[in-house]
Amino acid sequence: MSDMRQISVNVNGCQYDRTVEPRLLLSDFLRHDLGLTGTHVGCEHGVCGACTILLDGQPVRSCLVFAVQADGCEIDTVEGLGTMEKLHPIQQAFRETHGVQCGFCTPGILMTLVPFLEENSDPSEPEIRQAISGNLCRCTGYQHIVDAVLLAAEESRPEHSQ
Amino acid sequence: MTERYVGQRITRNEDPRLLTGQALFVDDMDIPGMLHAAFLRSDYAHARINSIDVSAARKRPGVVAVYTAEDLGDYWRPGPLLVPAPHSVENVIFNQRTQVPLVKDKAKYVGEAIAVVFAVSRYVAEDALEDIWVDYEPLAPVVDIERALDSDAPLIHEGLDSNLCAHLAQEKGDYEAACREADLVISRRIAIDRGAAAAMENRGLVANWDDKSQQLTLWDTTQAPIPVRNGLAGMLGLSEHQVRVIAPFVGGGFGPKIMMFLPEEVLLPWASMKLKRPIKWIEDRQENFYATTQERGQVHQAEMALTSDGRILGIKDVFVHDTGAYDPYGMTLPLNTQSHAMGAYDVPNYLTDAKVVFTNKMIVTPVRGAGRPQGIFVAERLLDLAARKLGIDRIEIRKRNFISPDDFPHNHKIIDQAFSPLVLDSGNYRLALEQAAERIGWQEFIGEEQPRLVAEGKHVGIGIASFIETTGIGPYEGARITVEASGKISVATGVGTQGQGHFTSFAQIVADQLGVSVRDVHLVTGDTAAFHWGTGTFASRGAVVAANAIYAAAKTVRAKIFDLASKTLETPKEKLELVDGHVRVADIPDQAITLGELAVLANPMRGAVEPGSEPGLEATDYFGPRYGATASGTHAMILEVDSDTMMVEIKRYVAVEDCGTVLNPLIVDGQIHGGVALGIANSYYEKLVFDEAGQLLNASLADYLIPSALEIPRIEIGHEETLSPLNPLGTKGAGEAGTIPVPALFAQALEDALADYDLEILEMPLSPNRLFELMQEARMERGDA
Repeated sequence: MSDMRQISVNVNGCQYDRTVEPRLLLSDFLRHDLGLTGTHVGCEHGVCGACTILLDGQPVRSCLVFAVQADGCEIDTVEGLGTMEKLHPIQQAFRETHGVQCGFCTPGILMTLVPFLEENSDPSEPEIRQAISGNLCRCTGYQHIVDAVLLAAEESRPEHSQ
Repeated sequence: MTERYVGQRITRNEDPRLLTGQALFVDDMDIPGMLHAAFLRSDYAHARINSIDVSAARKRPGVVAVYTAEDLGDYWRPGPLLVPAPHSVENVIFNQRTQVPLVKDKAKYVGEAIAVVFAVSRYVAEDALEDIWVDYEPLAPVVDIERALDSDAPLIHEGLDSNLCAHLAQEKGDYEAACREADLVISRRIAIDRGAAAAMENRGLVANWDDKSQQLTLWDTTQAPIPVRNGLAGMLGLSEHQVRVIAPFVGGGFGPKIMMFLPEEVLLPWASMKLKRPIKWIEDRQENFYATTQERGQVHQAEMALTSDGRILGIKDVFVHDTGAYDPYGMTLPLNTQSHAMGAYDVPNYLTDAKVVFTNKMIVTPVRGAGRPQGIFVAERLLDLAARKLGIDRIEIRKRNFISPDDFPHNHKIIDQAFSPLVLDSGNYRLALEQAAERIGWQEFIGEEQPRLVAEGKHVGIGIASFIETTGIGPYEGARITVEASGKISVATGVGTQGQGHFTSFAQIVADQLGVSVRDVHLVTGDTAAFHWGTGTFASRGAVVAANAIYAAAKTVRAKIFDLASKTLETPKEKLELVDGHVRVADIPDQAITLGELAVLANPMRGAVEPGSEPGLEATDYFGPRYGATASGTHAMILEVDSDTMMVEIKRYVAVEDCGTVLNPLIVDGQIHGGVALGIANSYYEKLVFDEAGQLLNASLADYLIPSALEIPRIEIGHEETLSPLNPLGTKGAGEAGTIPVPALFAQALEDALADYDLEILEMPLSPNRLFELMQEARMERGDA
């Protein structure tokens, strides 16, 4: 078998040191080596966006990255957002607007949206549609997802929290 | 006071798990010692297999076993016929040829499984596929469905004298006589090609045979866990109680996950028993294009006979339907097409003749819409062409032909996919049409906006199309409802769930009956250990068949609660009320008992349960409709074609639906949005392209274009509610309705936008390239190319 490599990554604030094959995909590493199965795999060729995670704060498709390339990086996955008891505001907005049906594409869309909303506190509908155009969803027709982002943005604005 | 839930926009119970990555999907299963499977699949559409050499694969480190057909022994047999032929129809022909677990002698489509590897990791299993050597002898394939019955066509199945799978003709009235009286007969060739369901989650399985308990557990991305359990128990020689099938959260179904006993589902449980190891197989996206069933694929020669004032006298539809290499799903799809090619209209004379043909392509089974979009496309397109020819407005010609609201139940006098008479139960089609026209601003657009935009050189068009959808067929579903000692309610039902919101809409029905919060109703779906009677989630039937079973069981539990509370509180039932998880005496609110306390009393630890009664506050009930309900609706759209790029922008989209009682409008809206999105995909983006050798040329999401949020417009929804008289809740299905009228609507709107080309759009799916070609052809015909 191919020679193994030692890697060290920080995922959702926890440090993991593991020995991996160089060809192991980051998506498989997260799901099967670390047991973080919230990141889903839909195509393994970088189109569907279901496996999107944050690598050093940037959204990337974890099926297009080898685990060894993430050595020394900080990774955020859906498990690091909110909890079932206390959802992250974007998760809460998805629930309010019915932005989830089967839920398979959802973690990737959430991880795409977190940095988007940090940079765009007041996005327009076309901007939102552009932002999620790299994430495929087969259930929702995207409309309730767009509504969720509009709602999350509205609720995060200072005038709303007063 | 307890709220009333049915009919309200209730957010979903299941969402917190899905949103936080805590929901269990099949690929999330991890069992110590688990092996991973990979399948070697045919490179050819049609090829004899002279030999297979797996010796090198078996020697690869990490490989535990490699099997071909000859290793399966007696276990190798063709799969069961899932839906029989409708033998009630005279002269029906059906040649049963179902799929095999692994190819023995001849591969019949690209992707057909030839060998399977079990190894310590998926990576190693896939490496070992490269070690297998297959000696293929390629044969000429059958790809074009219109040539499948040619006398010189290669023969796919031994023992048949042609590639005819089935033939089914049905007639009501006398079409030929109607035709003789007609002022106008529109006759056209209409073609609808194949697409993929492409759920975001590919198929997958984890099989675990536990030798000590002699139990097989299968986690399966299926829409039909109970029939899978029953079928596997039979194949494996086990008692049904030794097999537990769990469909956990499933990442979208859309039809192909109802297809049972494809090779993977047959082989993994068997291999797990043989190897005494848990085994996982997760389909990858490329495999999903080759190894998961697909749909559409029909060519029609269709006619509509009309009077000069636009009344339909009859429809004749002779069509060929592609079943692919095998026919496990019987004739469901052509039957659905036959049931929908009269559209929403009163058609006194109808002749429909379907020939189903085998081809060297993946098996065809229902995909959301399931034969219905093709039928509606035929009816709507012919009517549109007639309207153009007769100079009648598109809305007006529909109004003239709708089945009248006082003509229900309307018996079409043919049989449907359930082999029952095609009886449309209820509806008021004109209301949905008028609402759709009003919402889209039909008159204003045609009268003012369109002329102004056309004058600016823009190609803008408007369309409107009506449809019916036969939904909610039997045979039955069931449910068991239990009040637990905590006062919370558990509900178990057999249908699986793939995102439809069953954990919430079903809970709403129960919460209303039992006076509890919808959040205190816990639903289990898709686990045969929790409930083992039922068929599955398909044909837009969950909210009809399962929901009414749940409603019936909830009413029984409610009666039990009142009986026990009456005894306990020593108060007549009429004076009791059930609110906020308590039964209380109406006049004396502090004289009350909780549901939890009653549940404990109903399950005593001492004494005896009275003869004739049962322990617990629990009931199991079933619902089986006499025949299916019929949903209906009208969609309208405005689109613009960029005549340089042929890209289409949908400016407005309106969907007016009648699915009877709406249990949860938030969820129904979502179903419609998703259905319309697939319809748009079916119209202008997604097409499986096969070459002459039967090779699929676009087997990736980079090449098979699923629309993104940029292509799918905002969809405005309106509702009409005519309740189904066939079930107590009055529901009709909503799952597939969104998809069904879209291709017909899209075609009409394109013709309107490109009116100066005088196009006739008689095929789907289109694409920018194909539309460009059609426009070129129209120019050439006009001689101004």
